[in-house]
Amino acid sequence: MFVRGLKRKCFDGEEDIEGTLAGIKAIPSYNLQRQSLLDMSLVKLQLCHMLVEPNLCRSVLIANTVRQIQEEMTQDGTWQMINTQSTGQASLDRLVSTDILCRSSREQAEEKLVPNYGTFNKDFEGDQGQDSSETMSTASSVQAPRNLQGSVWEMENPQENKGNFQKSLDQIFETLENKSPNSVEDLFSEVDNSYYDLDTMLTGMMSNTKMGHCDGLETFSSPTSTASNSNCKSDLNELDHIVEILVES
Amino acid sequence: ADIISTVEFNHSGELLATGDKGGRVVIFQQEQENKTQSHSRGEYNVYSTFQSHEPEFDYLKSLEIEEKINKIRWLPQKNAAQFLLSTNDKTIKLWKISERDKRPEGYNLKEEDGRYRDPTTVTTLRVPVFRPMDLMVEASPRRIFANAHTYHINSISINSDYETYLSADDLRINLWHLEITDRSFNIVDIKPANMEELTEVITAAEFHPNSCSTFVYSSSKGTIRLCDMRASALCDRHSKLFEEPEDPSNRSFFSEIISSISDVKFSHSGRYMMTRDYLSVKIWDLNMENRPVETYQVHEYLRSKLCSLYENDCIFDKFECCWNGLDRQVEFFSVFHGSIVMTGSYNNFFRMFDRNSKRDVTLEASRENNKPRTVLKPRKVCGSGKRKKDEISVDSLDFNKKILHTAWHPKENIIAVATTNNLYIFQDKMN
Repeated sequence: MFVRGLKRKCFDGEEDIEGTLAGIKAIPSYNLQRQSLLDMSLVKLQLCHMLVEPNLCRSVLIANTVRQIQEEMTQDGTWQMINTQSTGQASLDRLVSTDILCRSSREQAEEKLVPNYGTFNKDFEGDQGQDSSETMSTASSVQAPRNLQGSVWEMENPQENKGNFQKSLDQIFETLENKSPNSVEDLFSEVDNSYYDLDTMLTGMMSNTKMGHCDGLETFSSPTSTASNSNCKSDLNELDHIVEILVES
Repeated sequence: ADIISTVEFNHSGELLATGDKGGRVVIFQQEQENKTQSHSRGEYNVYSTFQSHEPEFDYLKSLEIEEKINKIRWLPQKNAAQFLLSTNDKTIKLWKISERDKRPEGYNLKEEDGRYRDPTTVTTLRVPVFRPMDLMVEASPRRIFANAHTYHINSISINSDYETYLSADDLRINLWHLEITDRSFNIVDIKPANMEELTEVITAAEFHPNSCSTFVYSSSKGTIRLCDMRASALCDRHSKLFEEPEDPSNRSFFSEIISSISDVKFSHSGRYMMTRDYLSVKIWDLNMENRPVETYQVHEYLRSKLCSLYENDCIFDKFECCWNGLDRQVEFFSVFHGSIVMTGSYNNFFRMFDRNSKRDVTLEASRENNKPRTVLKPRKVCGSGKRKKDEISVDSLDFNKKILHTAWHPKENIIAVATTNNLYIFQDKMN
């Protein structure tokens, strides 16, 4: 455990110093940072919903990073399965909601989602290396990377996905609600506590991640109206498409 | 819209093209050398400006198609006109740039302003003649190569046969004939049957400068594949795979991201190729696949900042690199073909590496810090520790000021360096 803590160099200056000072201190620090890296990566993937197609290379690299973290966490035994009693959501096959990630396919959107990656953070602080969950984690970890990537870059989805956008964002909120308050605060440190509000969350994210194409997101006014907007949008687009064909011929 | 997205000299170096985020192409032309003033070569002035691509809307996917010009490549000049290929994410266009400095005058049936004459008023006939006029540079699209790419085009490369070219997007590479727009051949396809299994994308591709059946493409995992089109129609199996084994002592969660290759360029001879990843430039000998022959660190001081650079997305910046073009001996750098490589960095810095002497220099492209016609002062970046005089601390670097695109004149020691909004042209000091 100590060797691993020393080997990893992914974090900035001061964390490194902290890590080398005391071996015991290094491990929780490393795991918290790894957790925040995972959170950051998932948020980055979430913010792919925009008017311009997301950069596939970037999405792939972020997803690979997430998978790497998850694999390591699985090996560590820190990857906990959801506690079924707490949220009542059953499926152990999905570690991370595929709908959180951008442009989920229609079929995945209809499946049950299990937003549970927030719980293991809490669990870890209690105890390390729960053997009982290890077999479960290993079994489902194979599924998880695939599901994680599943919807990240489904470029060829029909435009109904725009309608799913609102649904996906709701699910993002659900997931984030499950997280322990500390990590949520870290994540949204630049945003006030009204992170349930779509606008605030998105604008907070944007200033954090400095993504150039996020301007399109600001056109989504509020959670309640987006659903109807997207339906109108698809109708209008169809109409435009028909007009375009007529004009061109 | 003013953000420069590509810079390219033509084959003679007389013209320099830039593309921007607003879909415009601006071409600069070098003034003819003034024989009396041997101190400086001709300056570059605007020669032509045109709108190459417009924003489009993909109705099927409800997505905008950006008009940003990703790449420009010049064709070798065959007649009086110049031709270039410019591409955005989805469509490649062949543009013809021609000069008009004469116009016909003296029509029989038309007035000079274009109005038609009443034929009954014509009593004598004359032959129209060409008379000189003010130079007009016209750009017209000659071919439009569309609808062949599902993903975003990142590279175009003209073959040494000057008849075909390739275009590469994230997952596929297509081969085109310059004359034919309704057909293209798919030569590389790395799209997995199940998109959930996608872990690697194509980041850049280029034809070999001499061998018209050979090309390379780089990936987001830091590999380069060399393919031979004679081997099969679909070049899914590489002929050579260039990959450097990972350094275990430097391993981190960001290892893969920083190994992603953002640019690949063959040397003029075709014996070597250069790749750019996030922190370094590597020179590969085509005869050796298992590691590069040279590695140059561009900004190693960023290695400890990767987490922040990941957070602000800078770690995904795609820097380009280029070879020098010259074949002459010059003080300070020995300037033979392919002996200097150049690439950009942050804070409007750019770096040059002399492959022979192993010397390197960091220079800055900024108006505030460099007066015109003065020699650029070398810069130095130091780590977070003690800072010497004139050094810049890594913490005070401006990561919004990035030089992604640089180009080297094919024949002279003139370089073009693009900051976010401005183009700088530098030349070496002549004595």
